[in-house]
Amino acid sequence: MADQSTKNTPPVSARQESFLRAHHRHHHRITLGRLTLLLLFLGFWETASRLAWIDSFFFSSPSGILQYLYQMLTDGSFFTHTGITLFETITSFVLVTLLSLAAATLLWYQNGLSEILEPYLVVLNALPKSALAPLLIVWLGTGSNTIIVAGISVAVFGSIISLYTGFCQVDSEMCKLIYTLGGSRKDALVKVILPSSIPLILSSMKVNIGLSLVGVIIGEFLAARRGLGYLIIYGSQVFQLNMVITSIIILCAIAMAFYKLIQSAEHYYRKQY
Amino acid sequence: MQPILSLRDVSYSYHNLKGETSALSHINLQVSEGSFAAVVGPSGCGKSTLLSLIAGLLPPEDGEILYRGLSSRDYCADSALRIGYMLQRDHLFEWRTVYQNVILGLELTHSLTEKNTAYVLKLLEDYGLYGFKDKKPSELSGGMRQRAALIRTMAIHPDLLLLDEPFSALDFQTRLSVSADIASIIRQTGKTALLITHDLSEAITLADHVIVLSKRPASVKCEMSILYEISREDPLAIRGTAAYQEYFNQLWEVLTDGRPID
Repeated sequence: MADQSTKNTPPVSARQESFLRAHHRHHHRITLGRLTLLLLFLGFWETASRLAWIDSFFFSSPSGILQYLYQMLTDGSFFTHTGITLFETITSFVLVTLLSLAAATLLWYQNGLSEILEPYLVVLNALPKSALAPLLIVWLGTGSNTIIVAGISVAVFGSIISLYTGFCQVDSEMCKLIYTLGGSRKDALVKVILPSSIPLILSSMKVNIGLSLVGVIIGEFLAARRGLGYLIIYGSQVFQLNMVITSIIILCAIAMAFYKLIQSAEHYYRKQY
Repeated sequence: MQPILSLRDVSYSYHNLKGETSALSHINLQVSEGSFAAVVGPSGCGKSTLLSLIAGLLPPEDGEILYRGLSSRDYCADSALRIGYMLQRDHLFEWRTVYQNVILGLELTHSLTEKNTAYVLKLLEDYGLYGFKDKKPSELSGGMRQRAALIRTMAIHPDLLLLDEPFSALDFQTRLSVSADIASIIRQTGKTALLITHDLSEAITLADHVIVLSKRPASVKCEMSILYEISREDPLAIRGTAAYQEYFNQLWEVLTDGRPID
């Protein structure tokens, strides 16, 4: 439907034109507002630390952060630490997505299984996963394995529950249609449940990427010698607050980039259907 | 004529913890080959349950359903005796094109042969949907969607067609033309059809045999054969005949037990 308007563009009326102008103006104003807020904040922070309103040893400053970032880029430590955190986050995100899809499918497919497992899933989902971290260290040692498992454990249970709930909410008449055409329950899964759940799967991926990052950072706090989580803990222990805040800012950028990536996948899907 | 489908003393109840709801009680009916039968009855009287039983989606609790002499377990396993089932809503999948939607049944029965796809393309052509075969279902009008749903049902070469109020989601004007349209398509192919509706006028314009069900638990209240002297092609002309009025009044009498509406 959307592409119809572009195919045969009718002449735009003056009112439509003024509406479009107002729409664009509104968007520019929003972007301008966002940038102003950021610049004001950074300017205030920098001024406050220069004029010694705050102690820059504890609170750092935008220029201090830039300097530290430059140093990280030149000595290559930026790439090692960011790289390892990215690797762990992406691995646990991919595993969470695959595991939760497989589990939700199995729960939907096997009548009764979900009823048996429901209390366990609820408990595991509600349990603070950081409580598991010491156990994981004992079982898996310190290193990437532990951290990836920590990342998975934070996201996977909630994801299973939300996917399974979504599967159950698919219109049962659509499955009935499959049965009337001679299909089996497996056909209903492949032809109806999964394709109609793609928007749900994408939105659960959006949540999962954030939660995987949380889990990975918790893991790195406790069991790593590399990674942004490690830098944050190490920096706070040696009072290198530039190191801590720079790492946090890199984390913000990573979270933002992941979110945008999945959002554009969503946009792409919506444009297709 | 030889009955193709016969129901003997069929009963069905729904169960839950609060108790049991009897939907159908001792239904006896027969549909003869090549006929267009309609089942009418008050809303919620178990008409859809009846179709689910005939289609073999539910097993009858009591009684037996014979289709070409076979019981429901046997005819569902026989791929030559397919039962086509049109649901109330078309349920065309938005993630498939019109063509991919209408071949769904062939895909599910692993019969995507050259002969079958050629048949589907011919149906699309006959029903004026060929130009829309690569469009999304949301780009079709209500009547076109219903025709696409009919093609999807016909593609698997059903021996018997079950129609579960397939026109109830359409607005009145479209409904008149689409129902006449689809009924004439079905007549031309010579398929046996069983239509469920709560619309008396629809039943007596389209069908040549009307079965009236009672309130829940449903049982057969009366049956009536419908004959017109003019062709069935024009639903409005039929609605203008004296025979139509006569049938309507008779059916109305039966449905309301002769009592005026309150």
